Amino acid sequence: MDLLEYQGKQLFARYGIPVSAGEAVTTVDDAVAAADRIGYPVVVKAQVHVGGRGKAGGVKLAENADEVRTHAGNILGLDIKGHIVEVVWIERSSDIAQEYYASFTLDRSAKQYFGMLSAEGGVEIEAVAETNPDAIAKIHVDPVEGFSEERARAWVAAAKLDPAATDGAVDILRKLYEAYTDGDADLVEINPLILTTQGKVHALDAKVSLDDNAVFRHPDYEQYDESQPRDARERDAHAKGLQYVGLDGTVGIIANGAGLAMSTCDVVNQVGGSPANFLDIGGGASAEVMAGALEVINNDDKVRSIFINIFGGITKGEEVANGIAQALARVQIDAPIVIRLDGTNADEGRKILEPLLSGRLQMATTMLEAARTAVTLAGGVVK
Amino acid sequence: MSVFVDKNTKVVYQGLTGSQGRFYGLLNRDYGTQVVAGTNPKKAGTDVDGIPIFANVGEAVAATGANVSCIFIPAPGVKDAVLDAARGGVELVIVITEGVPAHDEAWFFNELKRDFPNVRLLGPNCPGIISPGQCNIGITPGHIAQPGGPVGIVSRSGTLTYQALAELQQKGIGVTTCVGIGGDPVPGTSFVDCLQAFEADPETKAVIMFGEIGGTAEEEAAEFIAKEMNKPVVSYIAGVTAPAGKKMGHAGAIISGNKGTAQAKMDALRAAGVQVGLNPTEAGDLMAGIVAKL
Repeated sequence: MDLLEYQGKQLFARYGIPVSAGEAVTTVDDAVAAADRIGYPVVVKAQVHVGGRGKAGGVKLAENADEVRTHAGNILGLDIKGHIVEVVWIERSSDIAQEYYASFTLDRSAKQYFGMLSAEGGVEIEAVAETNPDAIAKIHVDPVEGFSEERARAWVAAAKLDPAATDGAVDILRKLYEAYTDGDADLVEINPLILTTQGKVHALDAKVSLDDNAVFRHPDYEQYDESQPRDARERDAHAKGLQYVGLDGTVGIIANGAGLAMSTCDVVNQVGGSPANFLDIGGGASAEVMAGALEVINNDDKVRSIFINIFGGITKGEEVANGIAQALARVQIDAPIVIRLDGTNADEGRKILEPLLSGRLQMATTMLEAARTAVTLAGGVVK
Repeated sequence: MSVFVDKNTKVVYQGLTGSQGRFYGLLNRDYGTQVVAGTNPKKAGTDVDGIPIFANVGEAVAATGANVSCIFIPAPGVKDAVLDAARGGVELVIVITEGVPAHDEAWFFNELKRDFPNVRLLGPNCPGIISPGQCNIGITPGHIAQPGGPVGIVSRSGTLTYQALAELQQKGIGVTTCVGIGGDPVPGTSFVDCLQAFEADPETKAVIMFGEIGGTAEEEAAEFIAKEMNKPVVSYIAGVTAPAGKKMGHAGAIISGNKGTAQAKMDALRAAGVQVGLNPTEAGDLMAGIVAKL
C-alpha cells in the first residue's frame, strides 16, 4: 500500500519525526482557509502516487490567499502522468539551507534492512547512484540487532552531512527506523530531509509504502485503502478480495497462484494473444471467489474470451468446478470460456463440468492448448 | 537419494488441529509421510485421527523423534511458531502459511541464522517439499510427482512448482526432490541453497529451476551455476508480460525500476549456460532432451 505524501507525513509525525504543519484539502476554498490557519508563506502540493509532480506544476509557493486560490485552482484536477489530483496538501513553507536523502527498505539479497543516506538530496536517488555513487552512505541493519544510536551517528558521519545537522539527523534516522519496523513499512523515504537556515532538521517530503500483510496489527491502515490508485476493474476486483492487475488485452485470465497467473499471461502472449488482466484467485479459493472472479472479468468490455487456468494444490478441483457452475448460473457471462483444470481432485472437478460443456465452455488438457483455444476464441491469430 | 527430506523424515505439524493443517497433514500421511505429531498448546493430550497432539514442538520431538516441522498456523502466529520449532530441536522448519508480514520474515530468518544456525527454514508462503515415493510435506498434490529421479526441481511459486512436476510426469521423467521455496521477500531457503544440495546429491543428475520476476534470486542462482555447478540446469522465468511497479499477487513478484525483469533473469541464466524455456512446457521439453542423453 503506497501512501500519499501527507499520509506519510502524518505517519512520520506519530513516530516523532518533525514535519511541517499542514492540512490536506480537496477544494480551493478549503485550501485558502487552511493556508490562513497555517500562516503564510505556504506551499501548495499535489497529492498523487507518482513522482515528478514539481516539474508537472504540482508544487507551488504561495505568499498570500490570492496566490493559494490561483495555485490550488490550477493543481486540483491537474493530470500528472495519468494521475488526476484530487487532494492538495497545504503546508508552512520552510527555509532550506541543505537538502539530504534518507531511506530504509529491505535488501532481499542480504536478507537484512538496508539504509541509504546522502548529503545530495532533493533529486532522485537513482540519479545520484549513477553520477556520484560515493555520495550515498549505505548500511545494513540486522533486524534482530536493531539500529543503535552509535550506528546512526557513524552513518551520519559517513554521509558527511553538515555538522550542524548531526544531532537532528541522528534523532530522525532512529525514528525513521522505528516507523519502518514498528509501522511495518516496505519503504520509508525522506527526500529531501532538510537542514533549515534556523538549524533544524526536518522531513520536507515523505514516501511510505506499507506491507499489506501487516494490516492485521495496524487496523488503522485500512483508511489508506481507498486512496490507492486503481482503475474501475481493479477497484471492483479489490472489493471482492481478488489479486487483480488490469492489462490491455482481450483474453481475460483467472489462475490460482501468482506464478501460474503470470505464466498464463506469458503463454497467451506467446501464442499470439494479449492478456486483459492478471488475476490470482489464491490458495484455498472457494466457489464464491471463483464466481466473483468471473464477474470481474465479465465487466471488462475488452475481454473476448476467458482462460481459467487452475492447478490444484490447496484449491480443490471440485470447488473450482462448482464455482464456475454457480457463476454461470448467477451472471450472464458474455465471453466464451476455456478451462484447464489439473492437480488435487481435478477428476472430480472435470466430472462436475462435463455436462456444462459447449462451444461457449470448453476444456483443454494442457496450458498451451488452452491458451491457443482462448486466443482463437478471442478472434486472434494463433502463432 | 533426495535432498533435505526422505523416507526416514518424521514430521510434526504445527496447526494440525486446524482445518488446513488437518486436511494436508492427513493427505501427507496417506502419501506415506511419517506424520508423527501435531502441536496445539490448548489441545495437548488429544489426537487428530490417531496423531498425538503436544503443547509445543520440543515435547513433540522428545516423544516422537520428529526432525522436521511443518507450519499451518495463521500468519499472525507464524513468528512464534518458527521460534517454537527452532527451540524444539527440529532440523528443518517448513512454513506453508501465506500473508506473513515481511518484517516478521526478516526477523525470524536472522534470528535462526544467529541462534539456530543448523536449522533450515523453507518458506514462508511455499507449497513445501516432496521427495516422490518417500515423503510429501505441505500442499503439493502427490500424484503428479513421479518418483525415482534423475531430476531435481526448485521453484519459487507454488502452482508453477506443480506445473514443473506435471510437465516431467507427462514425459515419464522422475524427480528426486521438488522444493518450493516460496514467493515472499525473505525466503528461508534460496535457489542457491537448493542448487548446492542438488549438485551434491548423487541421484540428482539435472535440475529444473522455475523463477519469476522480482528480486535478484535468479541472478544469484545464475552466478552460482556458472561458478559451482557441473550438472545441467533448465530454467523458466514467469512474468515476461508483467508491467513494472505492479505487484503480481504476492510481495515478491514486482519489477521495481529496471530491476527484477524476466528478461534480465533469462539473460543472466543463459550467460551461465542454463537452457531457458519460454514457457513451462518448453522447459519440460528441454529437460527431456537432457535426460535422454544422460
